Amino acid sequence: MSLDLLLVGLAGVLTAAAPVLFGVIGETISERAGVINLSMNGTILLTAMGGFAIALSTGNVVLGFLGGMIIGGLIALLVAFASITLRQSQVAVGFVLALLCRDLSYFLGNPIMGSTGPRLSILPIPFLRDVPMLGALLFRQDIMTYLSFILIGLAWVFIFRTRPGLMLRGIGEKPSAAYVRGANVNRLRYIYTVVGGAIAGLAGPIYSLSVKAGWKGTISGLDGIGWIVLAITIFGGWNPFRAAFGAYLFSLLQWLGLVLQPALPGVPSQVLQVAPFPLMILTLLLVNIGNAEWVERTLARLPAPARRAVAKILRAMNATPPSAMGTPFEKE
Amino acid sequence: MRSQRGSQSLNALLQGAAVVVALCLTTIVLLISKAPPISAYANIVIGAVGTWDEISNVLVSWVPLLLVTAGLILTFTVGLWNIGIEGQIILGAIFATWALRLLQSSGLPPGIIITAGILAGMVGGALWAMLAGALKAFGGVNEIFGGLGLNFVATALNLWLIFGPWKRPGVASMSGTEPFPHELWLPTLTAQSRLSPSAVVIAVIGILVVYFLIRGTYFGLRLKAVGKNASAAYLLGVPTWQYMMVAFALCGIFAGLAGAIQVTSVYNRLIPAISSGYGYMGLMVAMLVNYQAALAAPVALFFAALNVGSIQLPIVLRLDSSLAGVLQGTLVLLVIIGQGVRQRLTKGGPG
Repeated sequence: MSLDLLLVGLAGVLTAAAPVLFGVIGETISERAGVINLSMNGTILLTAMGGFAIALSTGNVVLGFLGGMIIGGLIALLVAFASITLRQSQVAVGFVLALLCRDLSYFLGNPIMGSTGPRLSILPIPFLRDVPMLGALLFRQDIMTYLSFILIGLAWVFIFRTRPGLMLRGIGEKPSAAYVRGANVNRLRYIYTVVGGAIAGLAGPIYSLSVKAGWKGTISGLDGIGWIVLAITIFGGWNPFRAAFGAYLFSLLQWLGLVLQPALPGVPSQVLQVAPFPLMILTLLLVNIGNAEWVERTLARLPAPARRAVAKILRAMNATPPSAMGTPFEKE
Repeated sequence: MRSQRGSQSLNALLQGAAVVVALCLTTIVLLISKAPPISAYANIVIGAVGTWDEISNVLVSWVPLLLVTAGLILTFTVGLWNIGIEGQIILGAIFATWALRLLQSSGLPPGIIITAGILAGMVGGALWAMLAGALKAFGGVNEIFGGLGLNFVATALNLWLIFGPWKRPGVASMSGTEPFPHELWLPTLTAQSRLSPSAVVIAVIGILVVYFLIRGTYFGLRLKAVGKNASAAYLLGVPTWQYMMVAFALCGIFAGLAGAIQVTSVYNRLIPAISSGYGYMGLMVAMLVNYQAALAAPVALFFAALNVGSIQLPIVLRLDSSLAGVLQGTLVLLVIIGQGVRQRLTKGGPG
């Protein structure tokens, strides 16, 4: 394979990772605040269909993206309302919404199925586009892919380097302490869940207006991505940079599956397309296993140098979820 | 006593309201897509109970849904969200197919081969469920995320088998593996029907077993104790993680049974979409009946009827058949919200 082809392929990997990134960062923000938004699969499908429908009828791509943000925010608002105000299980509400929004997108999207509508155009950045290698890789993308690059850093700075970010971590980690410090825990959780949902709501339109332009109903190939987003969020350890690594890894593996297809004629394409998922589980296991009690006990029995080495690897892989994630906050 | 009766009637009122509001919301969805609501609903009803064929199709789809729901009630009772149920159905189907393939030319009586296939399916489902359980108990992987991942792995495995080692002679295709010979089909009501009376009996026994297990046994009591408060149950001497594993295994057995029945009586071969989404639908049914076995059978029947009834929508009214899912999802969502509203109302007032 020539270098040019390789660069084009890798640039495609970055493009294809953009929607996953928006989903993962949105979910990370929501979970950092203590709310699991399990509706992601429905959110992505409904915003993909909705965003495309809006762009199709108005001829305006920007309105499609705005519509996606609004739909994503509203779904998240439902999760927040049912779990924070009504104190019902976040997981139950999110799961029902994941199925409901998926079916809703198929039903409402039926009339526009297969239509050709507007799509995002490539926006090469002057001068930078001509930088050898990097130009082809990074600077001949569309606007949402550029935004996805920026989003990673922006989210990291917000979460780890600003005061509101500290509060965000606080309400997900130790809500009672944050409350004593004067935070309105439930209001902040509402805000961050909706903001996270709105960010994730961009993922759908990125698919339907760019990466997999159009709406093709059940054969759009989008069903399941939301569940992957949830897995990558954990893999990312609620850290935007690690989450980005997960999203790019996933996208790369899917691309490799396509590229390697001719080399592996015995393996059906359907299998290669799902190949990243088993790997995802394995990494989930590695991410979590350091938290298990028996691992510590076994480690204690190892000789010191080996123990230190293994502990170091586990610590590098390990990620601890926000400790109040999934639990409602009660004032005492 | 008074207040309890009051809260019960409030409960019934809210449940009724949920059904009405769900229908209203679905009607709005229909109006948005410029479809005639009355004839859409009429089509679903006719599509579900219009002919004997359709009624028997409803029962065909009721069997796996009820089995899956029965298993899920056990995992919910112990406080687990077994979202990996889809994969457990698939593994049940794979194991059943495997056993049938191994034994089909063995010369054993067909009855024994079919029984072996169904038992193998139960083992397959249980193993896959215990894998999710082991990931949770020993790997610290939340059962929701472990289960989701395992669903994808099961799907991949299924596709690989259909397109690889078990492909049809000549050409592999999405239509599945080579159908089994007729004598290895679970006997059906009539030659054309896919409804097997023994499958219905198995499903009914399944839900009864779960009902009595939870209601009337020491085991069920301990399951409930773990589900209500795992750490308190642990302190009182209930081996918590063992109970979770057993609940997973039992649920896997039910899911595997559902998968094996799909293979032996409905499709008579392994197909890519063998689980048909029954696992996720079972989660919805279990939530809707508030994890009580008593109501599972009628509610699962209602869901099955909606699914079968909506199959005709694309042909007759050019509507997508996902309307059934919209109605089901709205209903479950409203029941959850209704529960929250009721808890607020009954807990409200002073203090």
